[in-house]
Amino acid sequence: MEKDSVLEMRHIYKTFPGVKALQDVDFTLQKGEIHALMGENGAGKSTLIKVLTGVEEFEAGEIRMEGNEQPIINRSPQEAQKHGISTVYQEINLCPNLTVAENLFIGREPRKGGMIDWKTMNKRAADLLADLDIFADVTKTIDNYSIAIQQMIAIARAVDMSAKVLILDEPTSSLDDNEVEKLFRLMRRLKSEGTGIIFVTHFLEQVYEVCDKITVLRNGRLIGRFTTAELPRVQLVAKMMGKDFDDLAAIKQTGEKEASYKEEDIVIKAVGLGRKGYIKPFDLVIHKGEVVGFTGLLGSGRSETVRVLYGAEKTDEGELFVKGKKLAAKHPIHSMYEGMAYLPEDRKNEGIIADLSVRENLIIALQAKRGMFHLLSRKQQEEFTDKYIDMLQIKTASRETPIKSLSGGNQQKVIIGRWLLTNPDFLILDEPTRGIDVGTKTEIQKLVVKLAQEGMAVVFISSEIEEMLRTCGRMVVMRDGSKVGELCGEEMSQSTIMSTIAGGQ
Amino acid sequence: MKHKRTLNQTSFLLLITIVLFFVMYGVGCILFKDQGFAKTQNFLNLFVSNAGLIVISIGMTVVMITGGIDISVGSFVAMGCMMLAWMMEKAGIGAVPAVLAVLATGVVFGFVQGFLVSYMDIQPFIVTLAGMFFARGMTAIISKDMISISNEMFMAWAKMKIYLPVGGHLNKKGVMIYPYVYPTVVIALILLVLAFIMLKYTKFGRSIYAVGGNEQSALMMGLNVRQVKLKAYMLNGFLCGVGSVLFCLNTLGGFVEQAKGFEMDAIASAVIGGTLLTGGVGNVVGTLFGVLIKAVIEAFITFQGTLSSWWTRITIAALLCFFIVLQSVLSMLKKKK
Repeated sequence: MEKDSVLEMRHIYKTFPGVKALQDVDFTLQKGEIHALMGENGAGKSTLIKVLTGVEEFEAGEIRMEGNEQPIINRSPQEAQKHGISTVYQEINLCPNLTVAENLFIGREPRKGGMIDWKTMNKRAADLLADLDIFADVTKTIDNYSIAIQQMIAIARAVDMSAKVLILDEPTSSLDDNEVEKLFRLMRRLKSEGTGIIFVTHFLEQVYEVCDKITVLRNGRLIGRFTTAELPRVQLVAKMMGKDFDDLAAIKQTGEKEASYKEEDIVIKAVGLGRKGYIKPFDLVIHKGEVVGFTGLLGSGRSETVRVLYGAEKTDEGELFVKGKKLAAKHPIHSMYEGMAYLPEDRKNEGIIADLSVRENLIIALQAKRGMFHLLSRKQQEEFTDKYIDMLQIKTASRETPIKSLSGGNQQKVIIGRWLLTNPDFLILDEPTRGIDVGTKTEIQKLVVKLAQEGMAVVFISSEIEEMLRTCGRMVVMRDGSKVGELCGEEMSQSTIMSTIAGGQ
Repeated sequence: MKHKRTLNQTSFLLLITIVLFFVMYGVGCILFKDQGFAKTQNFLNLFVSNAGLIVISIGMTVVMITGGIDISVGSFVAMGCMMLAWMMEKAGIGAVPAVLAVLATGVVFGFVQGFLVSYMDIQPFIVTLAGMFFARGMTAIISKDMISISNEMFMAWAKMKIYLPVGGHLNKKGVMIYPYVYPTVVIALILLVLAFIMLKYTKFGRSIYAVGGNEQSALMMGLNVRQVKLKAYMLNGFLCGVGSVLFCLNTLGGFVEQAKGFEMDAIASAVIGGTLLTGGVGNVVGTLFGVLIKAVIEAFITFQGTLSSWWTRITIAALLCFFIVLQSVLSMLKKKK
């Protein structure tokens, strides 16, 4: 055991069907330390937290607390809490209809003669919050308060129950700067009282502001434990992405030709577009025949930016022009009328309609655009379907096969076909190649380039930098919810991209 | 830190319901002054004729706060009454064991429904729809014909008048007549008070609200969500048993078609009393006034004499619309803030 450690996880293994989620992962948390747990999608952060808090079982390994030789096993979050491990999740687990005091004490209310003693409960709640400098009326229901205050109340509950290990799972993702600052103050306060805090986040700035140590995971393996002050940002990014920064600098970039665009070629122009607590204001211009890539770490605001462009999320400042015309109404159907198409990141939930056939999935966007009174005839539908099955080489038994029985790659092709069918001028593809086989990936990349050559403006998002470099003519770099740079032509290389993502340093 | 207590959304809705009841009652007193609408006895009759519904609605409120619903209660009341009538008249069982048997049946019925809802994760609507068909069917299996009750002890309970020491008036002969209620009203009001205390001051009561407010959160905060729901349905089952007995003390018979649509009256009373169908919010005091509002409308129609009794339903429909829209508007205003 290390000296002063409050939590030690050793040689943890966890397998999900087909995925080795954790392989020989170690994690050590000291008393009075804020420790960032970092990694990209699928790195194993969530699994490690779930294993620690008893949500998931692990196959091999040991968890020890406070230097005890006897390892502990948590079978449920309640059991973890008994051992002194509390978690505050991103989706705050409080009951909106109960008062602040009840949310702090439910399940362990002070009682007098078998009955809940409201007076004592309110008094204790008020004292607890006052002690942590949280300002809230404990007799009001919790839905009267902002997410930030709710988050802090959830932390207060967790700390009051057991203050040894506190896990904060992406607590800042829906907070604004001011609220984040308040949260950090609370975290530092708890740290000074000896609580060990595990901070899961995507925001690099925040890690460097508040964390003492960083543990990086990638593909279910431990990459290392580092002292924040000794790890340059760009190194952290490289470790998360799995590329050695120095080697990358040597890779030569095959010349991307820099096209010059005219004013009338502008398809999308955003001026100071943004939404508080969601995406910081940004400017952006996208031209006809261009493939623009959005890059950045997970949670850096890539998807958020395109959702705002498409109108899937409302904005509260700035203006958006589509082909020179100001787009006032912000709703997906209006964006569709303006010739925009959006392929969402979450294919399962936002893309396919699992039980409908390939044909029905294909024509649905076009039908919505035409309106319900201009029905596509069955014959037209079948013609379109056959055309796209052929064009995109969709492997399906027939056009009437339910889409859920197709492979992921083929489902994705159907969804791309769906949007191509609406004949868009501006196509947004958010992670179109995630989770599909290499062959199909290449096909989709080729298709994107071909569409751009034919004059379409395309936004392409992918977590794989190589793929982006192959496909995109220009790259927009995002960090911590804001646009931090644009790269094109010669500048586009893995190393410049990484150093832009890392910022500073 | 001193805070001014502001009126929150729930207490505002409750206040509106209470005010509405007294306004309606007041209007009745003025309109039907000559027929004696304002008499204390008439006020008490609102309770007398609805004691069963009050108890059933308390159970409904508890279940609705957990985010569930029970549409089997009407059929259960029919079955409960039929069981009482059959046991006492056909099987020669005494009144006390018959009543206990109905209460036990209620708890078992609640347990089965609650188990299916909480441990099998089946929609409450579907589970209790099955319960509704089952109970109504069983009623007919026990007897297709109406059975009237003549059991002495049961009749004695039904006719026992409990006089109030105040509020009397002199009749034509100059004798002081005191207003009275039946034991059914006393039982209903005692259960109401107990339910109120249970919901406000016990761990189980607060857990019911927590589960209805956000089930996932309740689970993460260490509450045994499934057990809470099961207990809520069992409590509701017990109250259905009591409700059937009280109902039967009014009707004194078992009949297949009895208490049809009773479940909807109970749901409507709870909603008018401020209970949200989505769960997490509700109060038995509001529910009581929900029942009383229905009772006042019925009294109106009786006193008016020419209106169809279906106007009760139409008025309730209008009130339901009003309250649901009000709830939405309030929560929208809250979100904007």
